[in-house]
Amino acid sequence: MIRLLLPLVTFVGLIGLLIIGMQTADERKLVDSPLVGRPIPNLVLPQLHQPAKTTSTADRLGEVWVLNVWGSWCQSCRIEHPYVGRLAKESGVPVVGFNWKDERDDALRWLSQFGDVWAYHMVDYEGRSAIDLGVYGAPETFLIDHRGIIRHKHIGPIDETILGDLMARIQRLQQEVGA
Amino acid sequence: MTPRRRKRLTAVALLVLGVGTAAAIAITALQDNMLYFIAPSDIQTSELPPERNFRLGGLVEAGSIQRDSESLYVTFTVTDGAHSVPVSYAGILPDLFREGQGVIAQGHLDDAGLFHAREVLARHDETYMPPEVAAALDRAGAPHGVLE
Amino acid sequence: MIAELGQVFLSLALILALVLSVVPLYGAYKNRPALMAMAHTLVIGHFVFALAAYIALSIVFFNHDFTVTYVATNSNLLLPWYYRLSAVWGGHEGSLLLWILMLAGWMLLVSLLSRSLPRAFIARVLAVMGMISVGFLLFTLLTSNPFDRLIPGPLDGQDLNPLLQDPGMIFHPPLLYMGYVGFAVAFGFAIAGLLGGRVESEWVKWSRPWTLMAWAFLTVGIALGSWWAYYELGWGGWWFWDPVENASFIPWLIGTALIHSQAVTEKRGAFPAWTILLAIAAFSMSLLGTFLVRSGVLTSVHAFANDPERGMFILGFMIVVTGGALLLYALRAPRIMTGKGFDFMSRESLLLLNNVFFTVSAAMVLLGTLYPLIIDMMGWGQISVGPPYFGAMFVLLMTPVVLLMPLGPFSRWGKDELWRVVFPLLGSLVLSLVAALIIVAWLDAWSARAITGWMGGLWLIFGSFHYLFDRQKRSRFGLPRHQLGMIMAHAGVGVFIIGVAMVESATYERDVRLTPQESVSVAGYEFTLLEVVSVKGPNWIADEARFTISKDGEVIQEMAPQKRLYHRSGQTMTQVALRPGLFKDLYIAMGEELDAQSNAWSIRIHIKPFIRWIWGGALLLALGATLAATDRRYRLQQRQSATEGVDASAASSA
Repeated sequence: MIRLLLPLVTFVGLIGLLIIGMQTADERKLVDSPLVGRPIPNLVLPQLHQPAKTTSTADRLGEVWVLNVWGSWCQSCRIEHPYVGRLAKESGVPVVGFNWKDERDDALRWLSQFGDVWAYHMVDYEGRSAIDLGVYGAPETFLIDHRGIIRHKHIGPIDETILGDLMARIQRLQQEVGA
Repeated sequence: MTPRRRKRLTAVALLVLGVGTAAAIAITALQDNMLYFIAPSDIQTSELPPERNFRLGGLVEAGSIQRDSESLYVTFTVTDGAHSVPVSYAGILPDLFREGQGVIAQGHLDDAGLFHAREVLARHDETYMPPEVAAALDRAGAPHGVLE
Repeated sequence: MIAELGQVFLSLALILALVLSVVPLYGAYKNRPALMAMAHTLVIGHFVFALAAYIALSIVFFNHDFTVTYVATNSNLLLPWYYRLSAVWGGHEGSLLLWILMLAGWMLLVSLLSRSLPRAFIARVLAVMGMISVGFLLFTLLTSNPFDRLIPGPLDGQDLNPLLQDPGMIFHPPLLYMGYVGFAVAFGFAIAGLLGGRVESEWVKWSRPWTLMAWAFLTVGIALGSWWAYYELGWGGWWFWDPVENASFIPWLIGTALIHSQAVTEKRGAFPAWTILLAIAAFSMSLLGTFLVRSGVLTSVHAFANDPERGMFILGFMIVVTGGALLLYALRAPRIMTGKGFDFMSRESLLLLNNVFFTVSAAMVLLGTLYPLIIDMMGWGQISVGPPYFGAMFVLLMTPVVLLMPLGPFSRWGKDELWRVVFPLLGSLVLSLVAALIIVAWLDAWSARAITGWMGGLWLIFGSFHYLFDRQKRSRFGLPRHQLGMIMAHAGVGVFIIGVAMVESATYERDVRLTPQESVSVAGYEFTLLEVVSVKGPNWIADEARFTISKDGEVIQEMAPQKRLYHRSGQTMTQVALRPGLFKDLYIAMGEELDAQSNAWSIRIHIKPFIRWIWGGALLLALGATLAATDRRYRLQQRQSATEGVDASAASSA
């Protein structure tokens, strides 16, 4: 009997391993951002629509806000675009764009085609400031609390589930402001 | 015990012994060929013996790449945003190696804190892509040389 | 419109697959010929709809319909038409569709070529394969629909990954999938055997040619991937032991064990239960491979490639397929545990050893692949397992296989004497040792690896031909195809081993910095960089380094590797320049521009001896398997069983 069930038992063990592996896959990403839990670097960058005007990450101190990294070359950014729109509309906090490794014309055309749902855009064409932020790719979404600390980072496109998760996190962060 | 059963028992015993030995050798070989992945911020806290190879992962710091004018010797800095580590390498860098790009360097740390890379692999994930392609790109950036 | 049609076709295929997995099975259970016969019609319809869906996706690609997400991400306006058609399987969603089409194709072939088999049996086989198709169709429609729309669509698509814009990569995935999916046939036969209860050796006989063909496809697919990696990636390596390669290699190893154990079970009725287990394992490992590659569970290096939803689906599917099969095995196997006895020294024993070594090898590769996951879950840190582990394990496990392989064909079934088997081969053994030393001396490639490689390789080649001559002397009719196939495959392993040993021991590799008019000499060849120029392709621009290669002062070859920049994706690609040869490849790859002013580039130059033998050996393996699969006796046998088919199907209803 043992001999008959042995293959099944081995298989169940393997499946168990893989299920746990699947569930911890997110935590096992090789480079989890060392910046989560640290203050956001003070970046002073030009705006997309008014290149002459600069904004700083420090401007938003005192409120909870979202920084969303995107580029017109990034296909997944298109996929998450409607969810970013909903995030901006429903969360009640400013969602700032971080236009990364892009060309200004491409970016503007992209926005006019799909709609500009962000509060404003910080621009990093060279991708230098992105390094300070620990950006690995696009899209990425950062949650920053009222003290300017990065509290959460989502890598990859936002979907229905992620949107819910982000909303819940934002709500919690806003309760901290009041407390 | 009939001769036939005895024979069968010997065969099973041999089989178990063989598989056991193979498993033991495999585990030893695994331990020897295991490479830890360490981020610049974790280097201070990690307890690896000196000269032990590991993989260092992070982003290539902007403006840190310096080439020798006569050879393929190159130095650059790998950072994870919080800490950074200087790296030296002699050889051909992968296609995707760029400032601001994610890299994984394989090698060891010397006493002075310089990381001597034997291999440099570039990470490619600037955007979402299917896993087969991602893996192929990984291989493209991964010189697992056949020569030791 | 066409994309919607494609989706409708897929849904129709799903409905037919659902019916197929229930009705014929019920028919076999109740012994209703009409219900069983429905399987054939359903299989044809299922294939037609899968093909129609596939064609729909091809048309969408051909017409540049960027309102389909999958097209927008995998094609663009500049892509030539042939790459647009191959782009269909360039990504996850489309490759699944190809997989489904192939499964449908295998089912159609089984249905057409096995009409002579007992009706109930074939109804069960097709039903089981129908269930597998249901799984994959659901997977595609629910999690990875290639026909999903992206409204509004972009003006231009992203581009097919440049790495995939290459003939080698066009054919690598389809062949690989043919192999993976082909194991579903062996799986279907094994499960049908278990369900029917008549499980001694009958199903094995019927499934052998199918298993051989699937294995041949998998072999060519893996070899093609290796060849592609060699010339496309620019590192000069031919095998990297990365998880994706391992995912295809594990089913291959199990498949190798399976084709050998099937031989024993068919001829002698020995270890039938083990053969069933292997048939289940071969297909399960194909599924596991798919899971590992597509779920992101292992490749945590790709922070983005994770897709838990897809991963969970495949995992769930695996639980149903493999778990169900193993449960059925545990319930039914007691009935079939009647292996014929055999002596310690016999062909059965030798084949059993083959099985032990190949399954243990598969376990080793699996362990090495999953080890980083285990370590990480234990909280011991993030690690990767280096290629030396796999290399060392393989040398260790395959040495006995190589030593014993030529003995197999010479040994008798049931009972034999060691000396009787070894004695006739002593000549070959001595000859291979001597010849190996002479060749190594002649090549001046003295190293332990080269010597042992040549000895092992020649031992297999001589040993195989020895058997050929020995048999031909005795038989007036010449050897049957299955024997010729076996000889060819075994000799192919020899060729492969020689290739590997030479590449791993006698490769010259130089990375240098070169400016135009500079030369470097590697292993007697003088490589001179003449100039670096810009060239233009349909959807890329490139720097091209023009080299002349001279030997003993004479120019023998001009070579021009490129560094391409693809417009749309902005990706750079290394285009290797090769001078292929039966005994030696010259290989140049461009690194990067080091200094724009002096036009200095980093250049990688390799001289790879005998590397073609690696793929040549693999090709011989696949040809051998094909030859064996087309043996007359499989066809004869089918005709025979046609006459006894009716009573058999009645007797086998469970």
